[in-house]
Amino acid sequence: MIFNERIECLPNAKLKELQGERLKNFVANIHAKSPFYQKKMAESGVSPSDIKTIDDIVKLPFTVKDDLRDHYPFGLFIEPMEAIQEIHVSSGTTGNPTVVGYSREDIDLWADVIARSLCCAGAEAGDMIQVAYGYGLFTGGLGLHYGSLKLGLTVIPCSSGQTKRQLKIMNDFKPRILACTPSYALYMAETARELGVDPRLSSWQIGIFGAEPWSEAMRKEIEKAWNISAIDIYGLSEIIGPGVACECHLKKGLHVPADVFYPEVIDPKTLEPLASGCPGELVLTPITKAGMPLIRYRTRDIVTIDHAPCACGRTSPRISKVLGRTDDMIIVRGINVFPSQIEEVLLAIEGTQPHYQLVIDREKSGLDRLEVLVELEPSFFSDEVKQLQSFEQHVAKEIETVLGVGVKVRLVEPKTIERSEGKAKRVIDKRSI
Amino acid sequence: MKVTQLSVFLENKKGRLYDAARVLGSAGIDIKALTIAESEDFGVLRMVVNKPDEALEALKKDGLVASITDIVAVEVSDQPGGLAAVLKVLNDNDINLEYMYAFSEKNADKAIVVFRFDDPDRAIAVLTKNSIRVLGKKEVQGL
Repeated sequence: MIFNERIECLPNAKLKELQGERLKNFVANIHAKSPFYQKKMAESGVSPSDIKTIDDIVKLPFTVKDDLRDHYPFGLFIEPMEAIQEIHVSSGTTGNPTVVGYSREDIDLWADVIARSLCCAGAEAGDMIQVAYGYGLFTGGLGLHYGSLKLGLTVIPCSSGQTKRQLKIMNDFKPRILACTPSYALYMAETARELGVDPRLSSWQIGIFGAEPWSEAMRKEIEKAWNISAIDIYGLSEIIGPGVACECHLKKGLHVPADVFYPEVIDPKTLEPLASGCPGELVLTPITKAGMPLIRYRTRDIVTIDHAPCACGRTSPRISKVLGRTDDMIIVRGINVFPSQIEEVLLAIEGTQPHYQLVIDREKSGLDRLEVLVELEPSFFSDEVKQLQSFEQHVAKEIETVLGVGVKVRLVEPKTIERSEGKAKRVIDKRSI
Repeated sequence: MKVTQLSVFLENKKGRLYDAARVLGSAGIDIKALTIAESEDFGVLRMVVNKPDEALEALKKDGLVASITDIVAVEVSDQPGGLAAVLKVLNDNDINLEYMYAFSEKNADKAIVVFRFDDPDRAIAVLTKNSIRVLGKKEVQGL
């Protein structure tokens, strides 16, 4: 089923016309309300009257994550706080986290794009969905929740964790749909087997997985383990959260609702647009957003884009799975982790040197394990193991506070972490995803 | 009456204990007693050696993390109950013991154990008062 057939199957020319109209209003509205964008557009020598069609979007300046950080917490909101209904927060590269605000219209938009995603994945009104994404500042749980309500699903807002309870609810309530991170889906399968439950006999038929990168190999593993159809959903809080793109049952790329989120793929160095099929940085403009609208937001995710209509009937462009990042961000258990944050923590702790290495591994159970190798300062060496261990725990706690994700710290000898002239080998990702 | 112990941080990776032993060997250091404490991630090699300062220099020069600590060497009667008799004194006097290990060599018919206390001076006073023989550097490190 297609949630909004009129829009999602719009012929290309009509879609462009709609996008152009929306972009024009979008830019005019932002320009009227945002001192930040007034300045940015003036610097780029572009005014709202230069925007007539969607192709004029290339005249507009880009927005980057640092812009959000520099205007922490609410500087990029263009509506007064009374009009902002919800705020979400995710981790940033250094210092301040990324804050996003949603107006009433934005929450409706969010529910709408998630409802489209759920339909894309094969859900239908009347289905029951188990939402095992975290509820809270993270956008995963509430995003799926709003969309499920909009589509007319019965929602079980489990949030993440408490795996045994998740399995009991699945077994007793028999939901047809599961939404969580792909690694958690694998972890739950492992737990089910330990409890003597065969995951292949689960009630789940469709799984909607996102918030972290995963491969085709992992898809096969999840599909085999749970005997379900595993669908990839993509999003980022700066644009709206989950629902920025989602696969249909054909799994030939993730449909972008381009009538509301206009996608471009650019060369991250030259910033020039790239042709369909060329891997580049995904740039998104949420052309109907009201509370905190961003112009040409650089996602730092590397994808390819395909503008050909899909066999499912939708005409919306499709992006590939995320192929990589233009920065050092990694995603661990659905949380954005910037290794550069660790350096700041280490600088503040006596007894360590700001040299570290991050080793990410995916346990057999499917959960990611983050280990931080930290060089011990010789003067902090003690002949007592318990002192060194409590020091490790202290460092781990400090890092956890900043990253928002559990880590294990391992002390190593000074000068043993590889130094290089250029970019230090800070991250070793051993996950076969 | 304290004895010097040499401790070395051993990262959990191949050949690290060998590296430490090799460095000490080349520097002509005689190891009198040793023990290794390990955690999941690393080990701490603790030793009594004949020339601790030279040994420390050699290890540091080779990039190993090492340090020196004061410990207390005690003569223990080499018969059943010998160690218990010493530990009873410590226990009765509420002396906190961090760890201990034994020498493989003997001092005539007596065994030698070394103790790591958080307050070595008080421990020495208590042990001496209870007629337990505490050994000096000369007796232990020049053994």
